[in-house]
Amino acid sequence: MNAPLPSDPLDAQTTRRAGDRPPAVEVLSAEKVFANGTRALAPIDLTIAEGEFLTLIGPSGCGKSTLLKLIANLIQPSDGRILWWRGDFGQVGQDGRGFAFVFQEPTLMPWARVDTNVRLPLDLADVPRGKADPRVSDAIARVGLSAFARHFPRQLSGGMKMRVSIARALATDPNLLLMDEPFGALDEFTRNKLDDDLVKLWWERKLTTVFVTHSIYEAVFLSTRIVVLAANPGRIFRTMTIDEPQPRSQDFRDSARFAAYCRELSTWLAEASLPSASGAAP
Amino acid sequence: MKPLLQSETFVRIVAPLAVGVVLLAVWEIGCRLDSIPVYLFPKPSDILASLIKNGPSLLRALLITLRITLQAFAAAVVLGTLIAFMFVQSRAIEVSLFPYAVLLQVTPIVAIAPLIIILVKNTQLSLTVCATLVALFPIISNTTLGLRSVDPGLASYFRMNRASRLKTLVRLRIPGALPYFFGGLRISSGLALIGAVVAEFVAGTGGRSSGLAYEILDAGFQLDIPRMFAALFLITVTGVLLFGAMVGLSRLALSNWHESEIGAEA
Repeated sequence: MNAPLPSDPLDAQTTRRAGDRPPAVEVLSAEKVFANGTRALAPIDLTIAEGEFLTLIGPSGCGKSTLLKLIANLIQPSDGRILWWRGDFGQVGQDGRGFAFVFQEPTLMPWARVDTNVRLPLDLADVPRGKADPRVSDAIARVGLSAFARHFPRQLSGGMKMRVSIARALATDPNLLLMDEPFGALDEFTRNKLDDDLVKLWWERKLTTVFVTHSIYEAVFLSTRIVVLAANPGRIFRTMTIDEPQPRSQDFRDSARFAAYCRELSTWLAEASLPSASGAAP
Repeated sequence: MKPLLQSETFVRIVAPLAVGVVLLAVWEIGCRLDSIPVYLFPKPSDILASLIKNGPSLLRALLITLRITLQAFAAAVVLGTLIAFMFVQSRAIEVSLFPYAVLLQVTPIVAIAPLIIILVKNTQLSLTVCATLVALFPIISNTTLGLRSVDPGLASYFRMNRASRLKTLVRLRIPGALPYFFGGLRISSGLALIGAVVAEFVAGTGGRSSGLAYEILDAGFQLDIPRMFAALFLITVTGVLLFGAMVGLSRLALSNWHESEIGAEA
C-alpha cells in the first residue's frame, strides 16, 4: 500500500492536466465507510497540485464534504491514504505547509470582537501578540473589514461574518485553503462579490484551494479544475478543466465561454444524479 | 407628556410604582375605615413608624442576615462552579455524582437545618451552611449545562487547530457558559436569602437568636405585629436588591454579545 500508484489512469491524467507543479495533496485509493455501514466514498484517487483551485461538486450524498474532511484530516479514511506535500499529516503546519479550513457557517465566537476572532488560530498556536497583530490587521484588510475590526459578530451581516471567517483562515498565512460550501447560505449578489474577492486572494497569495459547492456558476467562475462526484457510493464521475485567464472577473461571468462551461457542467451533474450513474464506477 | 409615556424606561419604573402607591393607599384607608386593630393587621403608617422606632435593632438584624446571605451565596458560587467544572471533566463523574446534587436540591432545608444547627456549634456558620445548600444547585446545574453547550462548529475548529484542553476551556467553554452561569446567579442569589431566613427561623425556634427571621419570631411572641411587618419588608427589599444586582452584573458582562441582554442598554 506504500508504493505510489503511477498506473492509475485518472491519477496520471490529473497530474498531466495540472502541469508539472508539485502535488499539495494526494488522495490515494482513499475510501470511507461509516460505522453504520454507509459507504460514503468508494476508493478515490485525486492529486491536487500546488496553486490549483479545485472544486468538488455533485448531487447530495456524493461524499464531497466527506472527501474534503478527509483532506482536512478531520476524519480518517477507512482504507487507502492521503499525503500532504508528499508526507503524512504530522508535518502539516510547518513553514510553507499551513492549511486552513472554512466551514459552511462562519463559526465565530459571539463574545469576541472581529480582531480577536481573526487572531484565534494564532493565539491557539501561541504566536506572540506583537507578531500576530500585524497579520491580523492585514487579514482583516484583505477581506475589506478594517473599519469593523472592533465590532462584534452580531453587528455584522451574514456576508461580513463569512468574510471574518475567511480573514481568520488567511491570518495563519495558509498554503492550502479548504472551504466547505462557505457561501451556501448567502444571497446570490453577496455570493458573487465574495467569489470575486476569493479569486483575487487565491491569485495574489498562490493559495492551493479545495472548494465544495452546490452552485454550478460558482464552480465554473472560481475553479481551475472541477471534479464532479456521483453518489452511491461517492466517486469521481468526471473532471472538467477550466483554462481561462486569471484573475477572473465579471467579464468572465458575462462571456459566452462561461455559459458554455455552465451548460456542460449542468449536463454532467444531471448525468451524475441519474440512477444509472450509480453502481460500478466506469 | 406623550414622549415620556412612550419611553420604555419611564413606563417600566413608573407603572409598578403607581400600582404600589395605589395598593398602599387602599391598605391604609381600608384599615382606617374598618378600624382594624394594629395587633391583627397594621396599617402601612404603623409599619413605617415601627421601622423608624426599631431602626437600630432591625438594622443590626438585617446586617446579620445579609452577611449570612452573602457568605452563603459566595460559597455556593465558588463550590457550584468547581463542582460544575468537575462534572464536565468526564461523563462518569457527572453520572455518578449528579443524583446526589439532585438529592441536595429536593431535601427541604427546614428538615435538615435542625441537624446542621446541632452539628455545627457556631450559629453563624451553621446558618451559612444551610443557606449554601439551598443556593448551590442552580449554580451547579446551570454552569454544567453552559460548559456543555459548546457550539459544535467552534468545538471542531478548536480541535482542528490542536487546541489544548486548557485553552479550549478558557477560550471556548467558559465564555460560552457565561450566559447560563449568570442565569444561575440570579436564581441562586434569591435562594441564598431564602435559605438564610429559613435557617434563622429554625435556629430561632431552637432559642438561638440571629437575624431578621428571629426579629419576626420575636415580634410574633410579643404581638408586636408592625415590627414583624417591618422585618418582612426589609427581607423583601434585600431580595429585590440582590436580584437587581445580579441582573446588572449579567447585563454588564453580556450586553455586547448575548441575545438575552442585547438592547438592554438602549
